[in-house]
Amino acid sequence: MGEKASRQVVVLACSGIGKTWGALARETALELVERVRPGVATTACLPLLVINDPDARCLVMEHPVITLDGCPKACARKSVEALGKKVDHPVESIQFYTAHRELKPEGVAQLNAAGLKLAQVAANELAAIVDRLAAGGQT
Amino acid sequence: MGTPVAKIGLVPCSGEALPAGTVCRLACRRVLDTLMSGQTVAICLPLFIAGGEEERGFAARHPTITVDGCEKRCAAKATELFSGKPVRALLIPDILAQRGIPMPTRLRGFGAEEEAAVQAVAETIAQAVEGVVAQAQAQENQHGAV
Repeated sequence: MGEKASRQVVVLACSGIGKTWGALARETALELVERVRPGVATTACLPLLVINDPDARCLVMEHPVITLDGCPKACARKSVEALGKKVDHPVESIQFYTAHRELKPEGVAQLNAAGLKLAQVAANELAAIVDRLAAGGQT
Repeated sequence: MGTPVAKIGLVPCSGEALPAGTVCRLACRRVLDTLMSGQTVAICLPLFIAGGEEERGFAARHPTITVDGCEKRCAAKATELFSGKPVRALLIPDILAQRGIPMPTRLRGFGAEEEAAVQAVAETIAQAVEGVVAQAQAQENQHGAV
């Protein structure tokens, strides 16, 4: 049994509550963690990194990390980089809409049906990245 | 002379890994959009360390209310660390316990089952905003009367 095969991948989403893209990032992360790759993809509260919580810091430092940001300010990616860790696969949620323009997300508190569908599609597409990182590869 | 309170900054934890984070997110949006739409602005917590000078500056110049989903109190600690002490620091488990409302158990897809929790937290935040505004106005009036 290889250690690499059981490695968890940390998926960190933007915490923004002001934009649809933040809501899409969050929903995509939860799709990965709960539906697409449960047990392999895991998440943590991004604000824990802001206060330098030791458990969250340890999780991020010891596992491959995918960040899902909702805007170019890239809070999720920068929060990881502030710890001195390079993000393995940084993503901006808008890129999924660019690739699937038929699914236009709307809403901030709750995504509309198209937004929820786009999050499913995005998580499905990220599954291969999760698998590669879990197996010890690079993206 | 006190600075007039134009806006109150709401700093939600929005924790992604806890149901309370989702309660936080939805309750704060309700306050921002409906209950106190003219008096509040959202401050994105991770922007404190992601180079958000605007966020840090706003939180330093205006009163802030933090809303946390767990005892780690990320929002309150980060606000104090990067900007200044919040005027009110709310904790969702306390709010729900005081009202006898159970904490939701899922991270997303909130519906009728979770509505009582979201509404209770939103009302508590709105009351806190009203309190801060009233206090600031009283101070302004005091200064004006001198």
